[in-house]
Amino acid sequence: MKPKISVGYASCGIAAGASEVDKALRDAVSTTSMDVEVRRVGCVGMCHNEPIVEVHMEEGVYVYGDVSPDDAESIVRSHLGEGVPLEEKLIVSPEKDYDYFSSQKKIVLRNSGVIDPENIQEYIDSGGYDALKKVLDEMSPQDVIDEIKDSNLRGRGGAGFPTGLKWQFAADANADKKYIICNADEGDPGAFMDRSILEGDPHAILEGMIIGAYAIGADEAYIYCRAEYPLALKRLNIGIEQAKERSFLGEDILGTDFSFDIHIKEGAGAFVCGEETALMHSIEGGRGMPRPRPPFPAQKGLFDKPTNINNVETWANVPWIIRNGADRYSEIGTERSGGTKVFALAGKIKRGGLVEVPIGTPLREIIYDIGGGIDQDLEFKAVQLGGPSGGCLPAEYLDTPVDYETLTEAGAIMGSGGMIVMDECDCMVNVAQYFLDFTQKESCGKCTFCRVGTKRMLEILDRFTEGEGSQEDIEKLRSLAKYIKSYSLCGLGQTAPNPVLTTLRYFYDEYIQHIEHGHCTATVCRPLIIFQITDECVGCTRCASECPADAISGDPKSKHVIDQGTCVKCGACVEVCPVDAVEVE
Amino acid sequence: MQVSESKIMEEILSEYHPEKSSLIPVLQAIQKQFGYLPREAMEAIAEYLEIPLSTVYGVSTFYAQFRLEPLGDHLIKVCHGTACHVRGADKINEVLENELGIKSGETTPDGTFTLERVACLGCCSLAPVIMVDDTAHGNLSREKVKKVLAGYRGDPR
Repeated sequence: MKPKISVGYASCGIAAGASEVDKALRDAVSTTSMDVEVRRVGCVGMCHNEPIVEVHMEEGVYVYGDVSPDDAESIVRSHLGEGVPLEEKLIVSPEKDYDYFSSQKKIVLRNSGVIDPENIQEYIDSGGYDALKKVLDEMSPQDVIDEIKDSNLRGRGGAGFPTGLKWQFAADANADKKYIICNADEGDPGAFMDRSILEGDPHAILEGMIIGAYAIGADEAYIYCRAEYPLALKRLNIGIEQAKERSFLGEDILGTDFSFDIHIKEGAGAFVCGEETALMHSIEGGRGMPRPRPPFPAQKGLFDKPTNINNVETWANVPWIIRNGADRYSEIGTERSGGTKVFALAGKIKRGGLVEVPIGTPLREIIYDIGGGIDQDLEFKAVQLGGPSGGCLPAEYLDTPVDYETLTEAGAIMGSGGMIVMDECDCMVNVAQYFLDFTQKESCGKCTFCRVGTKRMLEILDRFTEGEGSQEDIEKLRSLAKYIKSYSLCGLGQTAPNPVLTTLRYFYDEYIQHIEHGHCTATVCRPLIIFQITDECVGCTRCASECPADAISGDPKSKHVIDQGTCVKCGACVEVCPVDAVEVE
Repeated sequence: MQVSESKIMEEILSEYHPEKSSLIPVLQAIQKQFGYLPREAMEAIAEYLEIPLSTVYGVSTFYAQFRLEPLGDHLIKVCHGTACHVRGADKINEVLENELGIKSGETTPDGTFTLERVACLGCCSLAPVIMVDDTAHGNLSREKVKKVLAGYRGDPR
């Protein structure tokens, strides 16, 4: 076999320097007479090791992490040229496993980081579009819907509605025209699962949508994708063109009388457009504001026609289910929810990245076995799930299985898959304030309770982080939360108070510390902390020259002093001090 | 708007069906061309799509992507996603504000930089992250962000 080199070429990889590595590899290969193919693949999922280079040899796969352009040159010269792998950057080899992958189960991410996402042939060679052929050859639309129902697949956008049932509603609707939508408006801060799937395996999404269109009787679709994802948009466009050339898309697909077309709409940056009716208003050219349901989109959706909308990850599951059968899918996961879920593991974690595990996997396994535990071995404090609609769970919940029901009971939600780990240096009042600030800004303004209520809640939290406020304010927060949840039209408002409610439930003491003692243990809330220089100071003057507020004075080689009135508490002095002589209280 | 600009406007508009659902793609195309949405352009769009100017304005101000003011030569987006937040995005933002002498959302008087807060750039494992034009810079510290900035200013620091 001809050796192949793959470079992880998704946004994360590129940001970490994959372009330079790719170039170095190509340059190095071109100077030798070796017959080696250098390919660009999607996200390998090990963001903590980017840039990543894989070498495929006769005896197996070697994975290198944290590769510099110089390393790339050495890999070509030493490993491919002389057969000596570059040990210090080697993560996986035929003799060496990596436990980051061993607990994972890849269905949605099966091709991501494996195939070249811009080459449809590689997708086809991996079994791609077989599901579509099977559907068109052997299955009626109702067969397809039944298969999806049997698989126990539930919507991966966050709410977890059974997908087969949703398809049934749209299929049962009587109309001359129906639409399919792929929600690729991944707006949760801290979530990047959908981006990686779009960048790494766009055809899986397209194939899922084509199958869905056949099942419900739609002939036109939109992919609503964030404009902030240029690479995803580029690869989707390439994918659509290539699928059309092969007759997987367009008129009379694969010689049948089934025709279907997919358009791409770029989102313009509004978190509320993740809500289905708001998203449809946006495609129609208006402000993305939700409307009351019913009528549900399955009856009256885009341009008033029956519409079925699913998120990226849901669509990407569909071809696998059809190819391997509903039984094999529903075996994975829990009784009430089949298959896997992809999480974007980030924050204070040693090995962040994209993680795909069976639904029902305990949080501990994800954070410790796969993620390797807390960065710098600090103490775990909380894990935030579900972004601004979700909540923060404390250590007691580490053994909670990750499924829709258990997480909802705990006050968080499964959400789209953002999983941010926090340690002892994170202040939970600050985190609640952060999320409220986000939802308050993103509220579309239609419902009074969401528009004004989130603002009032934020003002109270602002006061808490300044050491002001009272027990009465906590009651006010709870009561506002109740009203906002009850009287908001869409998911944004209905879930906006969750980050506050979960932190109040699990980290109540921290609120009390802020309010009653003016104390922020995590030393995050600036009005509540002071910086002081200790006797350890050697008078190197670095803090004084670094201080943006000129608040530090002192002669060279003598102890420096911070003027508390001028200090803006930015922490620059702590970072530059070579002898750790700046204390934070 | 100059004659040449009006011509570009017309060319862009002619690529879209004159219907309301073209509004957002048209606004995106105009902004890509001019860097922001000039008032004249919004008037031309309203006329072409046969919708009220207030609708065009309403949509332009609803979405975070659209700008009604010209941009600086370089656009710096500071990610404030959750991972960046817990890894010090506020600090990075503060350094940039101090270095540039402007607040987020503003452009430097010489028109070199525009500083913007964004919700999430989706490269959470590189947190904290900023994106300058189309290039992401990750794992930033106070020192590193100053170096990145210097690279765009052209002064070697």
